[in-house]
Amino acid sequence: MKQYIIATVAETVRLAEGIYSTTVIAPEIVKFAMPGQFVCVYTDDCAHLLPRPISICDIDRSTGALRLVYRVVGFGTDELSKKGAGASVRLLGPIGTGYESVAEGKERPVRILIGGGIGIPPMLLLAKEWSKAGYEVHAVLGYRNAELFLRDDFAPYATCYIATDDGSVGTHGTVLDAIRAEKLIPSGAEERTLFAACGPMPMLRGIAGAAKELGIPAYISLEERMACGVGACLGCIVKSRETDSHSHVNNKRICTEGPVFEVNQLCL
Amino acid sequence: MNTSVNFAGVTLKNPVLTASGTFGSGMEYSEFVDLNKLGGVVTKGVAVTPWEGNPTPRVAETTGGMLNAIGLQNPGLDVFMSRDLPFLQKYDTKIVVNVCGHSEEEYTQAVARLADSCADLLEINISCPNVKEGGIAFGTNASKIEEITRAVKRVARQPIIMKLSPNVTDITEMALAAQNGGADAVSLINTITGMKIDINRRTFALANKTGGLSGPAIKPVAVRMVYQVAQKVQIPILGMGGIACAEDAIEFLMAGATAVSVGTANFGNPKVTEEIVAGIERYMQRNRVEDIRELIGCVK
Repeated sequence: MKQYIIATVAETVRLAEGIYSTTVIAPEIVKFAMPGQFVCVYTDDCAHLLPRPISICDIDRSTGALRLVYRVVGFGTDELSKKGAGASVRLLGPIGTGYESVAEGKERPVRILIGGGIGIPPMLLLAKEWSKAGYEVHAVLGYRNAELFLRDDFAPYATCYIATDDGSVGTHGTVLDAIRAEKLIPSGAEERTLFAACGPMPMLRGIAGAAKELGIPAYISLEERMACGVGACLGCIVKSRETDSHSHVNNKRICTEGPVFEVNQLCL
Repeated sequence: MNTSVNFAGVTLKNPVLTASGTFGSGMEYSEFVDLNKLGGVVTKGVAVTPWEGNPTPRVAETTGGMLNAIGLQNPGLDVFMSRDLPFLQKYDTKIVVNVCGHSEEEYTQAVARLADSCADLLEINISCPNVKEGGIAFGTNASKIEEITRAVKRVARQPIIMKLSPNVTDITEMALAAQNGGADAVSLINTITGMKIDINRRTFALANKTGGLSGPAIKPVAVRMVYQVAQKVQIPILGMGGIACAEDAIEFLMAGATAVSVGTANFGNPKVTEEIVAGIERYMQRNRVEDIRELIGCVK
């Protein structure tokens, strides 16, 4: 159930260079929110009219708090990063199909969560939920440098492994390099393991390749320019192997059938 | 207080409709908007067979508007008629089906297939700037517009609205051509062709390079064109182009539109259509307008 609301900001804090965390009180959205879903954030300026899709980083069902962690890349995210306690923000959400469709079966109890850059935030709520569900959760987090935003938030729910572009912390290289260096998938463990990933497209392609090689199912969260956020405009499509439910032309809508897809459904 | 208008022989409870391509077939927005409150729903362009549309990125924000190059992705008439039309039929609103095609034959085939459907009006999209064949290739040539209008009218059971492109030297010539071809109405404006360059990636913001500009940025152009066309044709005008609030809608009515379509504004506020209907009623009360028809074309 998508809700269109005006929420009040509880706090905004800077986590790293260009990375901010804004928590809003949005019980209407939090009530329905699931890991992997996102919200649309509207600006206050009618010259910037499209909503900004931002992943849900964390929720607190008891207080109705909804946490968004994002990189400032343009007008909308800049405006949001300047909204302190008491400011209001228009939101639509929760949007999309998250990880609720991932098999609940215990046959894959090892869950490797992989986040690259601004793909890290949505992995936090997933780590929390899957750790609560009793899975063995590993979080492989890829950063540019030693500004390890959110790393401490993962600690209670997952064993964390770090990769950095500049080699300042953890494995020097990519998240895939870290998975290999840390020997996260010992021989024979493939059948017990499942990947969930969010990050830039080259990283997701790399994970799709590794998953195929190892025979491990992989679920990835995609991002695309979008206009409506409700499945009407057909702006945010991704090429899919199977026919899509809307137009029957192998174009799944990231905002509706996604943003989380099993990699084999897609033509990446 | 009367808010209803007669549009090409169809009574609309109010003059507020959606704009094709921005509202799907109403289903996606019915979570936010009571479709019964709208004068009509104009559905996303549909063709005889499914169309895949263009590669992504398909949309880009610009100051006061956006560019799109969706490329008329649509499921084709089979799915549309078995899924989308029955959905809309449940509501007390008029159904306007936007029809697209690559050739005159594809337009007439689609119109003929819709003849016995529950569609109240058909809007013929001869002005999409984002497809190579059909679309704007027809909409910028007056004799072609007249020819297609005539061909469509031959097989149509519903009143025909020809949707015009602003990417022409003189839109009144195009409107007159549609009228000469027997059109029951015209709608204008479709999007204005534009381009945006992503300076960080040093490439086009849209995969299609160019796209159609919509949103508040184009409203003064649209109002001017609606006014000019209203001075030249006798058939009713469905006005659109950047309408984001009731005041914008009223401008179009005063310029000569009998009804209006709200498009891009849905993306910035999913409830906007209903708010515009309420806002027009408030304007009428405040200004003691008994009948909305007093406003239509009142600025000469």
